[in-house]
Amino acid sequence: MSSDSGLFQAFLNALQLLLQGDADLWGIVALSMRTSMLALLIASPFAVVCGYGMAVNSFRGRRFLVWLLQTSLAFPTVLIGLLLYMLLSRHGAFGQWHWLFTSKALVLGQALMAFPIIVAFVMSAVQSSDPRLAETAVCLGASPTQVMWRLLIECRFAVVAALIHAFGRVISEVGCAMMVGGNIAGATRTMTTAIALETSKGEFAQGIALGLVLLCSALLMNAVLLLVQGDLGKAGSAR
Amino acid sequence: MSSLLKIGQLHKSFAEHALLDIDHFQLEQASAYVLTGMNGVGKTVLMRILAGLESAHVVGAQWRDQALVWTSYPSQLRSEIVYVHQHPIMFQMSVADNISYGLRLRSMPRAEVQQKTEEALAWTGLAAIRDRFPQGLSGGEKQKIALARAKVLEPRLLLLDEPTSNLDGIAREQVIALIPDLIGEGKTVLMACHDRDLIHLPQTQHLKLRAGKIEVRDNSARDEYPISQESK
Repeated sequence: MSSDSGLFQAFLNALQLLLQGDADLWGIVALSMRTSMLALLIASPFAVVCGYGMAVNSFRGRRFLVWLLQTSLAFPTVLIGLLLYMLLSRHGAFGQWHWLFTSKALVLGQALMAFPIIVAFVMSAVQSSDPRLAETAVCLGASPTQVMWRLLIECRFAVVAALIHAFGRVISEVGCAMMVGGNIAGATRTMTTAIALETSKGEFAQGIALGLVLLCSALLMNAVLLLVQGDLGKAGSAR
Repeated sequence: MSSLLKIGQLHKSFAEHALLDIDHFQLEQASAYVLTGMNGVGKTVLMRILAGLESAHVVGAQWRDQALVWTSYPSQLRSEIVYVHQHPIMFQMSVADNISYGLRLRSMPRAEVQQKTEEALAWTGLAAIRDRFPQGLSGGEKQKIALARAKVLEPRLLLLDEPTSNLDGIAREQVIALIPDLIGEGKTVLMACHDRDLIHLPQTQHLKLRAGKIEVRDNSARDEYPISQESK
């Protein structure tokens, strides 16, 4: 009974922190959002083009690449963290950059995680698009780049879904952020690493507050996705 | 009449099975051809080769009496030949934008794009649905849009793959009525079809694809050709 009331109290404290505009808390939220957005901005142009390229080109080793790509979707993020840690640590290949435990390392890790998700989603969307779309564009005089634009626009719902899915993955990830960011207050403390830290200290209020922010942002993004996809069902039935 | 496209030899096989083995195939300028043949004989494949959508072994090709090197699809043909699918697909944009798509790719001045699009809308009688999106368009409307968006590009050769195959009644008649306009404008039209009314359009030459070869048929004796059997 007492633990129940303790949790309830923590929940109330969490709401209080959120509503009072607690500077620490909202600073963590802002940092998380900023690094995840930046990671997505860096990864998505390359990833979208790579996904398109893998969908429309046949080349030696393509199946091997698809195999690696699909495996990387299930890759534990702590392993990406470990790899980056080794590369960025003082004696690592990129040690002289001094990126370890900075927000740059966070962004790099998140961009690496977002990349295969976007590639895989875009690839499958373009592969499953009607082949007559590309053929019609070619026949009407589109250059390869113009065909790519046309197809990506035709698959825009899947492309947006890929970006939202990737954003969800990087903002909710804890393993890599903890290892290469180091959870330094004000510099590399993200929502997930803060939750892990606060919980280990027995402080639930901030953890619950950050959890609520994560949950609400996920709900919001998926609501946006559903709204833009609103006419998709109708398009399918009209075919 | 002067020659538009001459092909010395065209060979296409799928996994050791030779589908097309054509010698001396020629299309004249400002002429209409219907291409008939049994299902699976390669009518669509031949048109797709001419449109650059399939590769093939082509030698001795000439375009308007200029020799072509056809190792990969000759780039000068891209702007001269337009292929229209049997079931055309629309881009997710309005009817007017679908029609003007190819023009906009060519970075043509906006006023000119608009004028040509208006003419094409008027030609096909689609002006009333110019702002509609593809969802809910009928097969006949899609076919007319596809013809319009091919015509606005002013290609010298139009390849129409069974333009009336999934249409009936008024829609079919409307599409058939558009084709003489294309021929009248000096374009060469090659249509794959089973439709008697298309085969017997005036000034239309009949090509028959059989066992990978093209035979030129006499179109005047219309009852000698049992088209109904062919389409089964």
